[in-house]
Amino acid sequence: MSLQAAAQSSFERSENLLDAVFGGADNPLRHLGALGLYFLWILVASGLYLYTVLDTSIDGVYSSIDWLSREQWYLGGILRSLHRYSSDAFVLVMMLHLVREWAYGRYRGFRLYSWVTGVPLVWLAYISGIGGYWITWDRLAQFSAIATTELLDWLPIFSEPAARNFLAPDSISDRFFTVLVFIHIGVPLMLILGLWAHVNRISRVDYLPSRRAMAAIMASLLALALVKPALSDAPANLALAPADLRLDWFILFLHPLTDITSPAAVWTLIFGTTLLLFALPFLPHPAAAPIAVVDAPNCNGCSRCHADCPYEAITMVPHPDKPGHQIAVVDADNCAACGICAGSCPSSTPFRSQDKLVTGIDMPQQPVDVLRRMLEEKVARLSGKTRLVVFGCDKGADVAALDAADTATLSLICTGMLPPSFVEYALRSGADGVVVTGCRDGGCDFRLGMEWTRERLSRNREPHLRDLVPLDRVQLVEASRSDAGKLATAISAFRTRLEKDMAATTRPPAYSRRKIHHG
Amino acid sequence: MAKPAAIIGQIILYGAFAAFIGYFSTAPTYRQIADDVALVKLSMSHLGGRECRKRTPEELAKLPPNMRAPLDCPRGRSDTKIVVELDGKPFYEVTMHPTGLSRDGVGTVYKRFELKAGTYKLGVKMNDNLVNPGFNFVREEQVTLKPAQVLVIDFNPDRGGLFFQQAKN
Repeated sequence: MSLQAAAQSSFERSENLLDAVFGGADNPLRHLGALGLYFLWILVASGLYLYTVLDTSIDGVYSSIDWLSREQWYLGGILRSLHRYSSDAFVLVMMLHLVREWAYGRYRGFRLYSWVTGVPLVWLAYISGIGGYWITWDRLAQFSAIATTELLDWLPIFSEPAARNFLAPDSISDRFFTVLVFIHIGVPLMLILGLWAHVNRISRVDYLPSRRAMAAIMASLLALALVKPALSDAPANLALAPADLRLDWFILFLHPLTDITSPAAVWTLIFGTTLLLFALPFLPHPAAAPIAVVDAPNCNGCSRCHADCPYEAITMVPHPDKPGHQIAVVDADNCAACGICAGSCPSSTPFRSQDKLVTGIDMPQQPVDVLRRMLEEKVARLSGKTRLVVFGCDKGADVAALDAADTATLSLICTGMLPPSFVEYALRSGADGVVVTGCRDGGCDFRLGMEWTRERLSRNREPHLRDLVPLDRVQLVEASRSDAGKLATAISAFRTRLEKDMAATTRPPAYSRRKIHHG
Repeated sequence: MAKPAAIIGQIILYGAFAAFIGYFSTAPTYRQIADDVALVKLSMSHLGGRECRKRTPEELAKLPPNMRAPLDCPRGRSDTKIVVELDGKPFYEVTMHPTGLSRDGVGTVYKRFELKAGTYKLGVKMNDNLVNPGFNFVREEQVTLKPAQVLVIDFNPDRGGLFFQQAKN
């Protein structure tokens, strides 16, 4: 097993484990990006207050911050602690987010832009974090300032060593802290701008975690701020080398690393890792799947695909053949080839009479016509007391293994590709029940597949499941790749329930496409 | 998982998260230098010397009136050699090269040494124009270094050339 596969498997196991405690919507591992943004907003809000009370004079900078922690602990002290701890949490979830996306292989093709724009954000986060520590101008700040400038001096960028600025107590002036605060505000602003670019090609961005998760995280940070408030060390004294340092290992780990290796080794590591991250999407990888294709005569310009696309790959433009109408256009760079657009297209209904079902927007590797034909064939072959059709997801639990005489399975690129009319079609063609399964909540490889499916099947989103379909004959099961057992159990329970309630439940009128007279 | 169990699980996990953040934000403590060690920082930024030639009256006469500088100086500067001695023995030697494409910028050095706390005879010699032999700046002092104390070796013509800076405590 490759390192990447092992990392992915490890993430999957951890996410599944946390699902049991948090549920998908609140599972922190499934919402690392949103968590990072939440920590950033805490940083910004607490930072605004700290800025208003900061005295940037050389004598006042230490005392003004220390005063907050000791005299105004109930407000300034807590905000300072929140600022400190949310910065650590931000760095932690940022790095976890990076490793997770790598582990899942989410850095190439349509994700290239988000990946490449994300890499510089790591630099900006660390520049902000390290610079922030200097502002307190205590022993730790002194150590970090000297260690950072000594590291920077290894690069041929300054005409004079930057570390000369911290030689003696009289080396620095009030102006230093003014510049520092300017940098500590400017760099995070660049970070926020970079984040905007980072999520620019994603629709319905997960800007914040769920309210429950936000409340719980805030409570945790507040408890931490009260139990262990962030305090300054002794004031900086450039005449003395700092002794025991209460180091922030999330942000300042580069300093000890430089001490035990060398500036050359650390810069090699930093630049090497950065280059590798940038190069990763361009390294050899499997060919990208074919993207969605629009069929102009069958596109009525309803824009549902445009609304449902998780990656803003679809735009609506004037239809070339139908004046006053619009047509969907697919951006090849952004298209994830997930098929969610095909599932949203009202023309994807299998009840249409044509021998060859052509829809408005379709996936060349799994057209809805093929899907309909496979469904018809598989339903026709079903036998047994309770005949089920299982629609699965290539990225979720494997459904092919469940194929049996009384169970027909069809695996889609993404469950979001399933038009709800196919569920009705299966039931009216002879199936007793339909199971739709896809990745766990928050775990959809294409972000919104399961969310749209849930809403469509519960009649809250177009195209929705028609009213004549009894909902007790449809079962939605969240099952990720490693949840084969869970899926089998859920199907078995569904079958038992159907058998028990068969007489009591209604079924939609039978339908056979062969009865339609083709024109 | 039943709801109460999930709530307890969440409390434990959020608590573990806060504890993890709280611990590693200040611990384990880090010590850059040992207890009984002081720091000596050799840090200089100095423009090396150059050999100027005095122009003859004939040469000056040939120049336009506004360009009649009495000395003809090359643009480039000399390397600067520094030798640090500890108790009379060579301890560190470095040659600062002028920066810039025309070698007309300052030469710099920044080097941090760790020394056991104690009393030393610290000597620094500097030659900022290597066409001349020997050292044109020399400073030698008995210094006492306390643990964690920082002693800076620097050069400033306004402070008499080479000087040592050390906290008075």
